[in-house]
Amino acid sequence: MGEAVGEKGFQTKELTVSMGPQHPATHGVLKLVLDLDGETVVKCTPYVGYLHRGVEKLGENRTYFSALPLTDRLDYISSMSNNVGYVNAVETLFGIEAPERAKYIRTICAEMSRISSHIIWVATHALDIGAMTVFLYSFREREWILDLFEMLTGARLTVSYPRIGGVRNDVSQEFLDSLYKFVLEFPGRVDEYETLIDQNRIWLQRTKGIGIISAEEAVNWGLTGATLRGSGVNYDVRKANPYDVYDKVQFDVPLGKAGDVYDRYRCRMEELRQSARIIKQCIEQIPAGPILAPEAHKFVLPPKENVLKSMEALIHHFILITKGPLTAPVGEVYSATEVPKGELGFYIVSDGSGKPYRMRVRAPSFVHASVLPRLSEGHLLADVIANIGTIDIVLGECDR
Amino acid sequence: MEPLQIAEKIKEKFPGEVLGVTEFRGQVSVHLKKEKLLDICRWLHDDPETDMDYLRDLCGVDYLGRKAPRYEVVYHLYSIKEGHMLRLRAQVPEGDTKIDSVVPVWVGANWHERECFDMYGISFNGHPDLRRILMPEDWEGHPLRKNYPVQGFTGEKEWKGYKEVLEKSERLKEFEWEKQ
Amino acid sequence: MNFLEIIFRPASFDVIVQLAIMVLKVVVVVGVIMLHVTYATYFERKSIGHMQVRLGPMRTGPHGLLQPIADFVKLFFKEDIIPAAADKPIFYMAPVISIFAGMSSLAVIPFFNGFVIANINIGLLFVLAMSSLGAYGIVMAGWSSNSKYSFLGGLRSSAQVISYEIALGLSLVGVMMMAGSLNMTEIVKAQLAYPTGMFLFPQILGFFVFMVAAFAETNRTPFDLPEAESELVAGYFVEYSGMRFALFYVAEYIGMIVMSLIAITCFLGGWDGPFQIPYVPFAWVFIKLYILIFLFYWIRATVPRFRYDHLMSFGWKILIPLALFNVVLTGLLKTLNVI
Repeated sequence: MGEAVGEKGFQTKELTVSMGPQHPATHGVLKLVLDLDGETVVKCTPYVGYLHRGVEKLGENRTYFSALPLTDRLDYISSMSNNVGYVNAVETLFGIEAPERAKYIRTICAEMSRISSHIIWVATHALDIGAMTVFLYSFREREWILDLFEMLTGARLTVSYPRIGGVRNDVSQEFLDSLYKFVLEFPGRVDEYETLIDQNRIWLQRTKGIGIISAEEAVNWGLTGATLRGSGVNYDVRKANPYDVYDKVQFDVPLGKAGDVYDRYRCRMEELRQSARIIKQCIEQIPAGPILAPEAHKFVLPPKENVLKSMEALIHHFILITKGPLTAPVGEVYSATEVPKGELGFYIVSDGSGKPYRMRVRAPSFVHASVLPRLSEGHLLADVIANIGTIDIVLGECDR
Repeated sequence: MEPLQIAEKIKEKFPGEVLGVTEFRGQVSVHLKKEKLLDICRWLHDDPETDMDYLRDLCGVDYLGRKAPRYEVVYHLYSIKEGHMLRLRAQVPEGDTKIDSVVPVWVGANWHERECFDMYGISFNGHPDLRRILMPEDWEGHPLRKNYPVQGFTGEKEWKGYKEVLEKSERLKEFEWEKQ
Repeated sequence: MNFLEIIFRPASFDVIVQLAIMVLKVVVVVGVIMLHVTYATYFERKSIGHMQVRLGPMRTGPHGLLQPIADFVKLFFKEDIIPAAADKPIFYMAPVISIFAGMSSLAVIPFFNGFVIANINIGLLFVLAMSSLGAYGIVMAGWSSNSKYSFLGGLRSSAQVISYEIALGLSLVGVMMMAGSLNMTEIVKAQLAYPTGMFLFPQILGFFVFMVAAFAETNRTPFDLPEAESELVAGYFVEYSGMRFALFYVAEYIGMIVMSLIAITCFLGGWDGPFQIPYVPFAWVFIKLYILIFLFYWIRATVPRFRYDHLMSFGWKILIPLALFNVVLTGLLKTLNVI
């Protein structure tokens, strides 16, 4: 590193600051070792792994059914999206398809969790840059959406709601009504956040021209989600390989131009509105029908009262808990879904037993955290904070 | 371009490198020898017809006792422009757990390869910064190997460094203010 | 001649009375201001809370009215942790310097006609000197804590204070020119003789520059870089705890009150108002004070934080030229007898 001996024999070298793992702006337990020349970052080295819980190893030792709650703990801000990604991957592997109504419910849930995740993102990003009020405004809506989650699933954060071949329980009309009320009102709330920061000169100074990454470079780094689309690359798994009912609803994929912090901010704010739009269409279109596929009894635990009364249900229950689904084919699938952070991929290798032989989680936060040095080096210390906010990482997902 | 066609083109372009092509649920895997992997990747990335500009995922798989070359490094490639996906499965035998790094082709492979090294002990030639990433630097063993236990070690009951911490806490007890 | 004789001589008895009055004044001012500081924190939390769709403190006492007292008691009894590697004498001294600099500025502020602790002729210069002394507290705290975050906070603070001190001083030159005095009471009296009753209207540019520089001097949002929570954790006082931490906190609020009082004295017509409030001669000062302090809170709830280099270029490239322009403009208008 740049150690230099000055005229009078003074030795100068960069100030090394260890930022994290306990630091208010690193969104969890990310550690950055920064070499500072004054306030300019000369070198930035991220360290991750403080939240490593071995989800992949655990997944290999659990049945397909019981690995589901592990995915809740990946990106704990939008646990529903991870659940949906996981069950989609397992369904692809087994070659079954959820019924139409269940797909609609999953789409609604995934978009709800996108809203809740993006709300947290705008809140913390704004707080990092110093706009404190946005933080509390957005928590007002997050509270609302968590109440809706609770109404639907009984849990607020780690929901474990989708099931292989469908969803756990049906939605009530009351829930749909209150959700409809939410999506009608929500775009107005997004406008409210924007009035605080969107045209604010300080905000523009802090975000425009910071952390620029070109389209080719962003693709080469493997960025996904709004972090990629801020650079103007039109890649959204929901459009490229539609799953659930994304091919049946109308929505736009917002794209940025400059690829800086501001454009990524604009993309995510627009995605909030698009998510509300998707949910609205889903509620209007949702058909009646079953919520579990006909084959689902091989994957989903039977109701408790049946277990106590019916022999068959008891056997299913026993097999599912001890061995997992018996009909697993030998093969491998990679299934990707668009979660709020980017592309969440599950690569599942099956050897025919009831447990996945290999369960790989391709976590968008992991890739995004790796791009931090590229975005930060040469900028100021304050821009590192803006960059951590803009790549939208959750360390639970990054470290798995 | 259809993934099977791409597999055929790889066979043509690099004869003898492809060990087999399998298809499952519409996803095509190309089984490769590891020697010319970097060339194949570079070609897939640069060729305008295949145009694999985006490395979706890179991970290792351990086939202990199930397959002859024990390890595999799996690459999921995707073309954002063309919209096709291809899976490469490079075979890595147990004695020689080394493979070329694809960081020169896709920068984003950097951390994926570090993770693969951390979890499987497969080292990547030409990687700019091959260190452990998720596990602590002084960790012993590679957790995702199939012969790595899920819970605890068999011989030693406690985790590494447990005794040292116990001793240290004994030594520091004299500073506790309750003890007169 | 012994000591008692000196005291009980008629002439020196006068001195004693004067001294006693002086001490009484000091006690009253310090007491009143400290009370205002405690409730300024409450006022801040409540007003920002309501701006941010929440309630603020609600639990301690009715509507959280006892919260500042609870905070004080808590901080007072907390363990005072001093880092092992800290430079201890400087570490002890830093918060005292901060609070001393803030408090001593209060000595020259006229609260109402005739009530000022020290009616010195260079009052304005004294205030400027004291406010720049406050920066030493911050720099010393940053240096002595032996923490990199504190150090960066201290560095930022020294740079910031030096840049904004100039703008602050220059913005008051216009007032000095119009009043023809540096004595704070004289300045207020000059304003009362002026048609608008205050210097705000001819000196609107100066007032703007002064307020912006005052925000920077007191390290309030959007200029709270030395203590930028998301970047430097808490900046210069990250290693302080308990009562020493509270002293910094109090110093920040006193700084805010002092800056508001200077703005009131120099631009807003001091103790005078549109109508007289009987029996409470200091009413207008406090009304104006609370309006200005509310402005501090309001801005804190609204804007994000500046970046370091933007802050510097804003100070040097915009504020200082504006203040200089104001000086020239005032001089020009003064010679033309327009104002």
